[in-house]
Amino acid sequence: MAEQEQKKKGASERAAENPAEEESAATRASSDKLKAELDDLLDEIDEVLEDNAEEFVRNYVQKGGE
Amino acid sequence: MAIAKVCGIETEYGIHVLGGDPNPILASSVLINAYAQNVARQQTGWDFEDETPGVDARGGAPAGAQPPMVETHLVNTVLSNGARYYVDHAHPEYSSPECLDALECVRYDRAGDLIVIRSMEEADRTSWDGSRLVAYKNNSDSKGNSYGCHENYLMDREVPFFRVVQGVTPHFVTRQIFTGAGKVGSETGRYEPGSVLFQLSQRAEFFEEEVGLETTIKRPIVNTRDEPHADPSRYRRLHVIVGDANLCQVATFLKVGTTALVLAMIEDGVTLSRNLSLDDPVRAMHEVACDLSFTHPLRMADGSRASALDLQNVLYEAAVNYAESRGLEALGPEVVGREILRRWGEVLHGLETDPMSLGRQLDWVAKLSILEGYRDRHGCDWGDPRLAAVDLQYHDLRPDKSLFRKLDTEVLVSDEDAMVAVTDPPRGTRAWFRGRCLQRWPQSVAAANWDSMVFDLGSDPLRRVPMMDPLKGTADHVEALIESCEDPRELLRRLEA
Repeated sequence: MAEQEQKKKGASERAAENPAEEESAATRASSDKLKAELDDLLDEIDEVLEDNAEEFVRNYVQKGGE
Repeated sequence: MAIAKVCGIETEYGIHVLGGDPNPILASSVLINAYAQNVARQQTGWDFEDETPGVDARGGAPAGAQPPMVETHLVNTVLSNGARYYVDHAHPEYSSPECLDALECVRYDRAGDLIVIRSMEEADRTSWDGSRLVAYKNNSDSKGNSYGCHENYLMDREVPFFRVVQGVTPHFVTRQIFTGAGKVGSETGRYEPGSVLFQLSQRAEFFEEEVGLETTIKRPIVNTRDEPHADPSRYRRLHVIVGDANLCQVATFLKVGTTALVLAMIEDGVTLSRNLSLDDPVRAMHEVACDLSFTHPLRMADGSRASALDLQNVLYEAAVNYAESRGLEALGPEVVGREILRRWGEVLHGLETDPMSLGRQLDWVAKLSILEGYRDRHGCDWGDPRLAAVDLQYHDLRPDKSLFRKLDTEVLVSDEDAMVAVTDPPRGTRAWFRGRCLQRWPQSVAAANWDSMVFDLGSDPLRRVPMMDPLKGTADHVEALIESCEDPRELLRRLEA
C-alpha cells in the first residue's frame, strides 16, 4: 500500500462529533455492572482457584506444538 | 476485485493431566478418542495426500529453513461439521471448517470449545485410573513454551506475496491491542526478570523474524507456508500464526474480521493515507505488547514515529473509505462487513478513551480487570504465584473452573447456535459437502481432507472426489443433489455425469 496525502479524523474524534450523552450514560451503567460482577467473581475466586497455586502453575508445562 | 475471504481458525489447546500419566501425546489422544468414539461415533480419518508444509510462498525457502514435520500416525479425525480434530504434536487441535465470514468463524470457534469441553467430560467419565484431563484455550505455559492459534484466509494467487507481507505486517504488529489475550510477566528471557508485569499478548514475545516458513522456532510475523488446500493456480491460503487464542467472542470476531478486511484492501490495491512500513516490525511487535497505553512511539521505516493506535486508525480509516467506495462483499453478508467496521471503530475509540471499559469485549482487558481486582483485595505484587494461577485459569475450559466463564462477556453467538455448529457444517463453503456426506454416509467416507473426499463403496477401488474450490460444494450448489441421492454410489455417479 502506498502513501497519499490525506488528513483523516481518528475514530475518537469522529465519535466525539456524535451526540454522545445517552451513550455515555449507558456506558457508565454498563461499567458499574461490570464492576459489580467483577466483585462477585473476586468474592468466590479463592474457591475456584486450584489449591496450591504455585505448584499447580509450576506443573503446567507444555512442550511441542504448531 | 477482492475474492471472498473464506477463513478458519486452528486452535491448539493446552492439555494437563491431573493424577495420571502426564504424557501430553497420550492425553491428547485419549481426549480426542473419547469424543470420536463415544460422541461423534465416527472414525473417518484424515487423508494426508495434500500436506506439504515445506512449500514456501516466496518461491523457495532459504537454506536452513525447518518446516514442521507431518505426523501421520496420531489420532486424526474429521467431524460432521467439516472440522478436523486431531493430535498435533503434543496438543489436541481443532481446525474449524472453512467459513464464509468472521461471524461464522466465531460460531465454529465456539463449537470447537464445546467439542473440547464435551471431550473432557467423556474422557473423565471413561477414565480407568481416576485421572482427569484439563484443556486450556491459551498459547503459553508461562515457561517459554508456546503453542498456536492459527488463522487462515483465502487469497487471490495473482497478488504478489511481497505485497501481502508489506500490507499486512503493520496490522499483525498492532492488532494485538484488541486481539491480545493478556499475560502476566514475560517468559522468553527477552526482558529483565520483573521488568514486564503484564503484556497485551500471549504470543508477541515469541516472534523473532519478519517473514519465514517456521512455526515452532524463529517464529515469523508473516508465515510463508504455501499450502493452499485449493487450486494453487488461483488461490493462496494465508496461514497466520501471530494470533492469540481468544475466549471473548468480540475479540475473535475482530481478529478475523479486521484481518480479512485488511487482506481484501491489499487485494484491491487500496492506498493508505500514510506509509505504515515499520523500521523494525519484530521489535515493534514486542514494544506494542508491553505498552498498555498504546501510545508508545514506534519507529517507522521513513524515520517518523507512530503509535499502535495511530497505525490502527490509519487502517480503520482506509477501511471506512474502502467500504464506501468498493463495498465489503468479500467479507460475506453485508451485515457482517458493516458490523466488523462498526466494532473496529468502537473498539479503537474505547482503547483511546477508556480501555478498561472493554472488559466484555477484549480478553486482555477482562483478564487484567480480574488481576487488578485480586491485587487490590489481597495486596499482592505482580510476582505472586496466585496471579499466575489466575492467568492460567482464565483459560481453563472446565465450566466450573474457568474464570472467563464467570464473567458476563458479550455474546455474538449463543451456545444454542454453537451447538448446531458442533454437528452441522457451514452452508456457504465446500465444508458443507464434506460435512453433509459425513452425516449421511459416515461408513462410506474412508478419509477426507480440506480439498478432497475419499469414498469406499465396498466393491470398487476407493474413489477420490476433488474439491479444489473452497467456494464450491456449498449447500446452494449441492444440497438438492445430495438430498435426492439414495446412497453414495448414486451421488458419485451423478457427480461424474
